[in-house]
Amino acid sequence: MSNKKKKKLTPTQQEYHDFAKMREPKRPILKNCLWAFFVGGFICLLGQIIQNFFLWNFEFNERTAGDPTVAILILISVILTSIGVYDHIAQRAGAGTAVPVTGFANSIASAAIEHRSEGYVLGSGSKMYKLAGSVITFGVVAAFVIALIKTTITLLGGS
Amino acid sequence: MLKGHQTWLFDNKPVILSTGVVGGPFEAEGPLAEDFSLLHGDIYVGQKSFEKAEQKMLEEACEIAIRDAGLEKTDIQFFFSGDLMNQDISSSFTARTLAVPYLGIFGACSASMEGLAMSALLVNSRAARYVLCGTSSHNAAVEKQYRYPTEYGSQKPPTAQWTVTGAAAALLGPEGRGPKVTSATLGRVVDMGLSDPFNMGAAMAPAAADTITAHFRDRNIRPEEYDLIATGDLGIVGHDILRDLLIKHRMGISEKILTDCGLLIYDREKTPLVMAGASGCACSATVTYGHILNRMKKGELRKVLIVATGALLSPISYQQNESIPCIAHAVSIEYEA
Repeated sequence: MSNKKKKKLTPTQQEYHDFAKMREPKRPILKNCLWAFFVGGFICLLGQIIQNFFLWNFEFNERTAGDPTVAILILISVILTSIGVYDHIAQRAGAGTAVPVTGFANSIASAAIEHRSEGYVLGSGSKMYKLAGSVITFGVVAAFVIALIKTTITLLGGS
Repeated sequence: MLKGHQTWLFDNKPVILSTGVVGGPFEAEGPLAEDFSLLHGDIYVGQKSFEKAEQKMLEEACEIAIRDAGLEKTDIQFFFSGDLMNQDISSSFTARTLAVPYLGIFGACSASMEGLAMSALLVNSRAARYVLCGTSSHNAAVEKQYRYPTEYGSQKPPTAQWTVTGAAAALLGPEGRGPKVTSATLGRVVDMGLSDPFNMGAAMAPAAADTITAHFRDRNIRPEEYDLIATGDLGIVGHDILRDLLIKHRMGISEKILTDCGLLIYDREKTPLVMAGASGCACSATVTYGHILNRMKKGELRKVLIVATGALLSPISYQQNESIPCIAHAVSIEYEA
């Protein structure tokens, strides 16, 4: 909890916070980091293998081979989500499965499956972005800001 | 009747005539599987959605309770029920099926004992002859409403708990054979400023401590009066905190007596997925109406105190950075063979 929030607590609440904190099991951070590193690394390795496959077997160059590679990774992630495996891997891997494109695909697929019971329009169709929505929004905002900075620098004579 | 500040003594000792305890596939693998009246192998219970599945289980629990008491739906005067779904839909929709005069309650996971206390009050005061009280929860439906989609890959901390999929109902009557409800202590809302929805045990422990100390103060008895004191769903984190909190309040309760329903229903070593333990309305309800009452009927326990704990948060209150207010209701049950 942030210090700002802590300040609002009464002394009794503050005392209890410390009391409870001492008795809570800690998140195994080192273990989580190692799992995230290796699982995340494995997904990247897999991506590289798929990209090379496209490079060697089809007429793709390094830039264009990225598109089918991402599509394959998304497909794998969606399949693993729909058969109920992805969340179990993620419980161990944490950021390792959340950060790559597979995590983004999982957030959309899982929400779409979850809200199927409310129908295609009010359910899956609108709620599939409930987790991914903020990633898209702030991704676009960040891209706009970066583009603005780049354009300004270019106009000012930078290169 | 009223004893002390917040405790009711039921002089006419309403009897729990029968119970219906229904569980899901995960509960069927747990150590208390034998104590359920009905277990489902399918998390959807043959329904189209998780919400409908929860309602179906609650209906089944009520039907089993009514059938085992040898009564008909029309014999029941009132039905108390509460659950975790928005607007209490599982309970209201079950009441629609039962067509019995209905009072919906919300106490989050404390709904089981809230309902039992209210039912006992009505039967004790002769405001009703037969009262049914029930509660339910569904793991996936709760995850969907309070947290993330079930298949979303998020990493849960070791303080998180696993919501029980199940439903339980108890039918109370004025006389007959069975465990008797002897007293109830209704709790205050206690908020110690914790706001992590993945650590409900620590948030609810002070509410449990408050109600437990109030119960013993009001009734002027010692914890040793009871063979078992079971909290609802504190999990290992909340259980350890409660034990130490009670010691701090000079009311240390022996480990042999004090337990938690959230630690009994699953084997935490065999299924590490449940993290700190079980939670949900059905946690205290299924363990009490199934396992604990069965132990009483076998003669292993004579007097028990069930302290159902509830975290009164909503997904919106959490998103608006509110802390988690908590409550606990205690009901004492006695059985004499």
